[in-house]
Amino acid sequence: MKTILLSGNTALSYAVKQLDVDVVSAYPITPQTTMVEKLSEYVANGELNAEFIPVESEHSALSSVLGASAAGARVFTSTSSQGLLLMHEIMFITAALRLPVVMGVADRAISAPINIWNDHSDIMAQRDSGWICFFAESAQESYDRTIQAYRIAEDDNVHLPVNLNFDGFILTHTYEPVTTLDDDVVLKYAPKKRRRLVLDPSMPMTFGGLGSPEYYFEAKYQAIKALENSLKTIIEADKEYERISGRGYGLYKAYMTEDAETILVSLGSVGGSIREVVRRMRREGLKVGALSLKLFRPFPAKELVEALSKTNSVVVLDKASSPGAIGGPLFLEIQASLKSFGANVPVIDIIAGLGGREIGPDDIRIMFNKGLKVAAEKKVEKILDYVGVYL
Amino acid sequence: MPYKTLKDLSLKEYFGPGHRLCQGCGAGIIARLVTKVAGDNTIIVNATGCVEVATTFYPDTAWGLPYIHVAFENSAAVASGVRAAYNAMVRKGIVDKNPNVIVLAGDGGTADIGLQSLSGALERGDHILYICYDNEAYMNTGIQRSSATPYGAWTTTSPPGKLSPGQKTGKKDLVGIAVAHGVKYAATATVAYLLDAANKIEKALNTPGATFMHFLSPCTPGWRIDTANSIKVSRLAVQTALWPLYEVVDGQYITTVKVPKRLPVIEYLKLQGRFRHLINKPEEVAKIQAYADKLAEKFGYGPIST
Amino acid sequence: MPKKVSEMEEGFVMTTPRSSMQTKTGSWRTFKPVIDYSKCISCAICWSYCPEPAIFLKDGKYTVDYEYCKGCGICAAECPVKAITMVREGE
Repeated sequence: MKTILLSGNTALSYAVKQLDVDVVSAYPITPQTTMVEKLSEYVANGELNAEFIPVESEHSALSSVLGASAAGARVFTSTSSQGLLLMHEIMFITAALRLPVVMGVADRAISAPINIWNDHSDIMAQRDSGWICFFAESAQESYDRTIQAYRIAEDDNVHLPVNLNFDGFILTHTYEPVTTLDDDVVLKYAPKKRRRLVLDPSMPMTFGGLGSPEYYFEAKYQAIKALENSLKTIIEADKEYERISGRGYGLYKAYMTEDAETILVSLGSVGGSIREVVRRMRREGLKVGALSLKLFRPFPAKELVEALSKTNSVVVLDKASSPGAIGGPLFLEIQASLKSFGANVPVIDIIAGLGGREIGPDDIRIMFNKGLKVAAEKKVEKILDYVGVYL
Repeated sequence: MPYKTLKDLSLKEYFGPGHRLCQGCGAGIIARLVTKVAGDNTIIVNATGCVEVATTFYPDTAWGLPYIHVAFENSAAVASGVRAAYNAMVRKGIVDKNPNVIVLAGDGGTADIGLQSLSGALERGDHILYICYDNEAYMNTGIQRSSATPYGAWTTTSPPGKLSPGQKTGKKDLVGIAVAHGVKYAATATVAYLLDAANKIEKALNTPGATFMHFLSPCTPGWRIDTANSIKVSRLAVQTALWPLYEVVDGQYITTVKVPKRLPVIEYLKLQGRFRHLINKPEEVAKIQAYADKLAEKFGYGPIST
Repeated sequence: MPKKVSEMEEGFVMTTPRSSMQTKTGSWRTFKPVIDYSKCISCAICWSYCPEPAIFLKDGKYTVDYEYCKGCGICAAECPVKAITMVREGE
């Protein structure tokens, strides 16, 4: 074990190096660039024995790691915002072909206007692509989840691609002390093994055939079920990781939720700020709680319902919008989950932080106050509200 | 080993039968030839198009080699990834042999939507052989024009009419584009001249870095030709100098099939329904003849003699 | 023939090489090639040009496989000694 000063970006590249990845292919886009640069440095000076493909676009980045993964290699790519959107059609294909590609996403706003700062709109646009989707709150968590991602993706019961989301600039560029595992411990936890179904001249097989209406539905059903069933492996992998490292993250981090009158649910790094406001408001006698969700796909509906059903109101913080819907993407998932499982907790949505708009303690306090009002009045006046925008 | 007679071609079949390519399809002849020359130790990367749809119609696959299709515009990138994987796996002792990696993509998936990823792979010099089977239009979606459609040809999106001769632009020079990337080997080929093509495929596979071949592939419904005439039309394309057969080795252009007595382009055009509207327009035929004359001069083809 | 989800390979991969041989494309043709072996010189041209392929070397002779031949007529058109005739099916 070593403690190294790493940023979100360099923590991911450090983990990828330890995992003895075979092929890395990525196209630079702010704020992911330093991750790619670090990886090409590792390859250039022999620290990572891999092929680094300097592709000419993100679409080719995901296409080339897809090809490499189909050939049986361990791969990695990463991107953000416009680059992630450019890869969109290949996202679906990667998951449908059941290839264990691991991708780091430096969450960033989508154009237009062009904006290089953090929000979750880029990854939310991929939510139907069939990938396993994690959110990290720190560079430490980014490092740990990357190692877990390979263990999960390559598991014979899973064989699905995984994306790891960490907030652009906030996590990608902020340095913190990260406790790393030893190389051999990492490879023992996530050993390399070539799958049965690979491109190999000794066993010729065909990937990506045409699925007519007679066959497509079954193929899709199989892939959907695989994503649902991966939850079991995800939970086990995290427990095993906790055993070897002392750090486990679970599906969400609940903070002072047991007796909370209102719970604020969020994704990503803002969770840390929210917990600080919880502490301050609790000191004032206000019973608030926070839940930072760490797994977005497969969406852990049952587990979340258990965590949220006893409170008096839920406030969802969406750092992405779904224009034309009654709320943002996280709200829609949570509201649907709660209602479908019979939990009658009122839920409101707050969209904030778009395009890197800062979410400070005062903003969070406003969100909690809205939640407390709903809890007290037992009714929802406004399903969707915005905090931090100047109207 | 140089192919001198047809009997030098391997008897082993790696492709078909039972696929759904049209009767007389040039692409079927190409796929069969390429796989025979490349042999067992080969991986095929295929772009969306006629070949992909007709040869991998679940649960039928015509391929006896490892094969992957991903999307329309990224076959070169996928191939780069496959190559990188094998480079790394061989280096790490995970596998022992590095196979041929061959891309088979149509003119659609190469010259237009696929040009970016092709350019990337060629520039990087990833060790792949990219074969463009050129049937001169987006045939799989129903005969729409591409940037490889020749001047004057009818397609559904370049139909001749009062205001149009048919396709208004000429063919993109894909070999020229490849050569501009500094590839060590690029060549044209067509189905009528199988041995010329076989030798080029072999040469390309044994050349380091990225290599490119542009294969003219007659399309019986798209060119409106009799299914029995695929080879005849392909031969005429060469003999009229509309499709000269050459290779470019380290930037040096070498004509590989010489045509000392050239045929006039009308011999080629009159067999194809897609040029029917031009046959009685001598000024349009003259434009096509002028284009052939320029190519004939460039590649040392002889004068026209009937 | 439709397949149950449980019968499908993971990722829709087809693991049987050349499984297309289960589809007998011979039913497509209107005309079939008939080789006159008294004229045939075994030059292999018909075999080399067949797109299916539906011409195979069997016991030293280039033979048409009528299960797959789509009747395109290339073999008859290209035979240098005109040993192949296209005959309408049913005649």
